[in-house]
Amino acid sequence: MFTLEDISLIIEESDQEIMILHNINLQLEAGKMYALTGPNGSGKSSLARVAMGIYKPTGGQVFLNGEDITSLGITERARRGIGYAFQQPPRFKGMQVKDMLEYAFKYSDGVNCQVLRQIGLCPEDYLERALDSSLSGGEMKRIEIATMLAQNPKVRIFDEPEAGIDLWSFEQLINVIGESHRDNATTMVISHQEKILNMVDEIILMEGGTVSMRGDRDTIWPQIKESARCSCRRSCQMEEEIYADCPR
Amino acid sequence: MLTALDKKLLEEVADLHGQPPGAYNIRKDGEGIQRRSLEGIEIKTKADQPGIDVIVAAGKEGSVHIPVILTETDLSDLVFNTIDIGEGADIKLVAGCGIHNPGSKNAQHDGVHEIIVRRGARLHYSEKHFGEGEGGGKRVLNPKTVIVIEEDAYAELELIQIRGVDETSRVTEVEVKAGGRLVMFERLLTDGRQTADSDVAVKLMGEQSTARIISRSVAQGHSRQVFTPRLMAYGPGRGHVECDSIIMDHAAVRSVPEIWAENSEAELVHEAAIGKIAGEQLIKLMSLGLTEEEAEEAIISGFLK
Repeated sequence: MFTLEDISLIIEESDQEIMILHNINLQLEAGKMYALTGPNGSGKSSLARVAMGIYKPTGGQVFLNGEDITSLGITERARRGIGYAFQQPPRFKGMQVKDMLEYAFKYSDGVNCQVLRQIGLCPEDYLERALDSSLSGGEMKRIEIATMLAQNPKVRIFDEPEAGIDLWSFEQLINVIGESHRDNATTMVISHQEKILNMVDEIILMEGGTVSMRGDRDTIWPQIKESARCSCRRSCQMEEEIYADCPR
Repeated sequence: MLTALDKKLLEEVADLHGQPPGAYNIRKDGEGIQRRSLEGIEIKTKADQPGIDVIVAAGKEGSVHIPVILTETDLSDLVFNTIDIGEGADIKLVAGCGIHNPGSKNAQHDGVHEIIVRRGARLHYSEKHFGEGEGGGKRVLNPKTVIVIEEDAYAELELIQIRGVDETSRVTEVEVKAGGRLVMFERLLTDGRQTADSDVAVKLMGEQSTARIISRSVAQGHSRQVFTPRLMAYGPGRGHVECDSIIMDHAAVRSVPEIWAENSEAELVHEAAIGKIAGEQLIKLMSLGLTEEEAEEAIISGFLK
């Protein structure tokens, strides 16, 4: 069980305090797959980064299987089995794909470099490629997913895995994430893609730094779509009112 | 007879584990101590100044090791070596200098290499610097390498200095003739109060001459580095200079690449960047279970690989 209890995150910007996350409570069970969705700026990636230990929460606690890991840093959380696939993986001059996979294997229970094949890249072609600007954004994302597969963590957080990936790779990516989800693992995918939302057990909707809806996919997804339509209608109506006097 | 210290230094600078496989000349504390010439690779002592002539016959393939080691303090060694790679030859030349300074005075090596890579020949040149020693005396290395790459010849230079050398001033001058190609990798790491200056001047003289200069450095502690790579095209050549530095702690790095064309068909590009290790890079590696120190080390060693 991975638990986020009363998580708040406040950042200071230009002498102003900005509330990014407000009293988030989530219990994520082993064996289940979750989608974290919501509009841009709703706090999804911030919450994922709090879970990974990249951001220290202003308030609240994080538990992994009952152990309070709030004070643990990124390294310790990774070694305890939490994995995080970046939305925009960083590039490294001189470092090769195989170096990254070796680091990922180091603290895992040993998966071989077939992970590259799993995400549709030929190891012979890619193991010695540099993780620099010679790789496209889509290739970087696929390698990021492969790194997560190599790490094989108990809690796996994918931050918008579909971003920057072409349609063909996207289909494959969905399959890989679905197939890699283990019975005893907790998978959380940050995504706006219906195809990803369709394959999870539960959907968590974030708005304005809080969890506004949560439940099983079949119940929640129609509500989210309806809510999005209303929000769109409201904003169109507002736009009509604002621009009513403008020449068209 | 090589001591354990000599062997260690030779291993560091020339990757030698025992006797070199090809021709070699080992210089220790200002004197040649071991040499082997082979058929087609002749090594002989210069008559008029300290140093050696290495003459490689046309079409010869093989390796030549000419490392220098210093094991004494208060020593200044100056050497002039001339290397002539015959037409169509294919040679791996391993130079390099290792200093163990046990005392409080300086140990310094100034080496001048003049190399001609004749028509159609290939040269892989490796020069690695290494310094250590329990004394407070400085380890100083000032190499000068002058190379002429003739028509359709190819030279690849690998110049490496990772920690240990207190002061270095390196001069590299290369002239690339028509159809000649140069690839140069420079890798440097300084820390403490070390200083390193690297002055590179490459002249592209003829049609289809090309040069690629890649310099990667890491400056730590209070160290200071200055790079001045200059790429000049007098003919329709193509060249690319890339200088990247990671700056850390209280170090200083100055990078002044210059490109200069005197032919309207020339194509020259330079890129230079100085910056700290990106936070996202550290986070990425830490999210795989590395400590911050391990992540930093991994990034640096990858960068200098």
